[in-house]
Amino acid sequence: MKHLKPVNEKARRLANADKPDVVALQAPQQPPGPHIPLGCSTIFSPGWEVDRTGGTAGLCQPVERDLFDCHLGCYWPAQVPDQLNHAPDWTKKCAAAQKDWRKIDVIFP
Amino acid sequence: MSLLQTGDCHAFEAGGQRFVYLAPSAAVLAVDDVSAAVLDAVAVQARSADDIRADLLSGGRFAAGDIDESLAELVRVRALNRVDTPVRPPRKVVPLTPVPLSTMVLNVTNQCNLSCTYCYEYGEDKIVQTENGKQPKMMSEDTARESVEFLLRESGPDAHMTFFGGETLLNFKVLKTTVAYAKRRAAEVGKTIDFSMTTNATLLSAEVIDFLTEHRFGVTISMDGPPDLQNKFRVFHGGAGSYDVIAPKIKALIKQHRSRPIGARVTLTKETLDVRRIYDHLTNEIGFWEVGFAPVTASPDRPHAFGDEGFENVLGEFRDLAKDYLAAALENRHHGFSNVRETIGEIHKGASKAWPCGAGFGLLGVSTAGDVALCHRFAGSDDHKLGTVRDGIDRAAQHAFLDAHHVSDKTDCQKCWARPVCAGGCYHEAHTRFGTTNRPNLHYCDWIRGWTDTCLQIYGQIAQRNPAFLQQFEDTHEAPQAS
Repeated sequence: MKHLKPVNEKARRLANADKPDVVALQAPQQPPGPHIPLGCSTIFSPGWEVDRTGGTAGLCQPVERDLFDCHLGCYWPAQVPDQLNHAPDWTKKCAAAQKDWRKIDVIFP
Repeated sequence: MSLLQTGDCHAFEAGGQRFVYLAPSAAVLAVDDVSAAVLDAVAVQARSADDIRADLLSGGRFAAGDIDESLAELVRVRALNRVDTPVRPPRKVVPLTPVPLSTMVLNVTNQCNLSCTYCYEYGEDKIVQTENGKQPKMMSEDTARESVEFLLRESGPDAHMTFFGGETLLNFKVLKTTVAYAKRRAAEVGKTIDFSMTTNATLLSAEVIDFLTEHRFGVTISMDGPPDLQNKFRVFHGGAGSYDVIAPKIKALIKQHRSRPIGARVTLTKETLDVRRIYDHLTNEIGFWEVGFAPVTASPDRPHAFGDEGFENVLGEFRDLAKDYLAAALENRHHGFSNVRETIGEIHKGASKAWPCGAGFGLLGVSTAGDVALCHRFAGSDDHKLGTVRDGIDRAAQHAFLDAHHVSDKTDCQKCWARPVCAGGCYHEAHTRFGTTNRPNLHYCDWIRGWTDTCLQIYGQIAQRNPAFLQQFEDTHEAPQAS
């Protein structure tokens, strides 16, 4: 800032606030650039299988949560049972996907 | 074309330099001539950028490039807003994980040997029944030990313990054993602990002074000034003034206890409003290192309570004494007017408060029975109870309290530039004035804004002329003081 001079500590932080504040998990190694945290399937950019560097550390969701967040929240056409009609209790035992994903069983029609 | 208007900020001038104080960020920025001219241009009404530019160019003082840069910078820091783009208020955030307890204020007794007529604890405005209520008159040694365990469980690496009353020293016996116990237990669990105390000084015997010196107590003494002012309200049960009893004892304490500064805490009333004389007496005659003043907390119909005019008078007297603080600060001399020091300390950090004080999370009060309350002023009140030292903090009640008292829910405060430092003001004051803790203290808004403006001007002068003085306010972690 040229015309406004920071005086107190908060103002100094405000003056340095030009840097983008949304960063990916691999932030220290990554070159600066846009991080796309959600909505990956609608714009066909990496984010689901691999992150923007080709690795898996910066995925928009932990892989175990794909079932829930990708097919429910993001309209990702994941292969899941019909939970409205045929298998309403399919994920009943899966309270936290990261921990309980093994409890999700196979569905027999 | 969108119009620009003055944003949520307070413009002030100090030593010929123009500044803005931004809300809610609490940033202080020095503005140059062109930015000052831009702010002046929209001071009365909203105007378009082209209009402002044309106006400033016609004066011939500023170049078009500078005007445009300044407009962009002022918009960026939100000192200017576009009229058609509403500013989104910051999100209300209530911490979901427990905040470590920093200070526990232990009411070791709810009895007092003085009968100060303005007292919030015993007077007509009291919250807790202390005479024949269910709270014991003295805290037992067991409860004090349980409180120590509670503090050491809930605190971070540094714990602060403040003893309070009633008159704290009426229960010196428990105070003594508790300090020994707390030191041993803190060492066992690997935390540091320090102690402070508020007293009316009537019971400062040689033994007590030795004890306070040995354990490096931070001591705050409630005292109102020279004899005529001290004896007006601070009287014994029989009505006799307390000045002659306490003055020699305080002098003896100050002479012996040199490891921590000893401060006086003055209660100002409509009838004892003489800030400079009180300050001079307490520092020069008695020898206090610091003096802090607070207007009495009382319902508006009490004779000693301040009305609008009263707060204006307090402000005038504060401003007068604050000039001395500024002169001292510019010469790197100490000045003991702690109200200024505390406010410019907050201004320098840029503190922007979501709650007016740490009561209910960083600071908790404990009653004689071991009930945990918002702060010492509510200790023992069932309506403001947040658990017990035995069962711990009632997290649901604590969360509900913080949720209900967040500054973003105080509608009146949303238009006020002083909300980063005030956040609605003291819960106890609000409770006494309006019967509820979650109302902002609208009766002293003008006084808060006036005083914050004064402190901003002092801060601006120091920042320009002696910025090194402000380093003392950086990276310090002071414990909240009970008052």
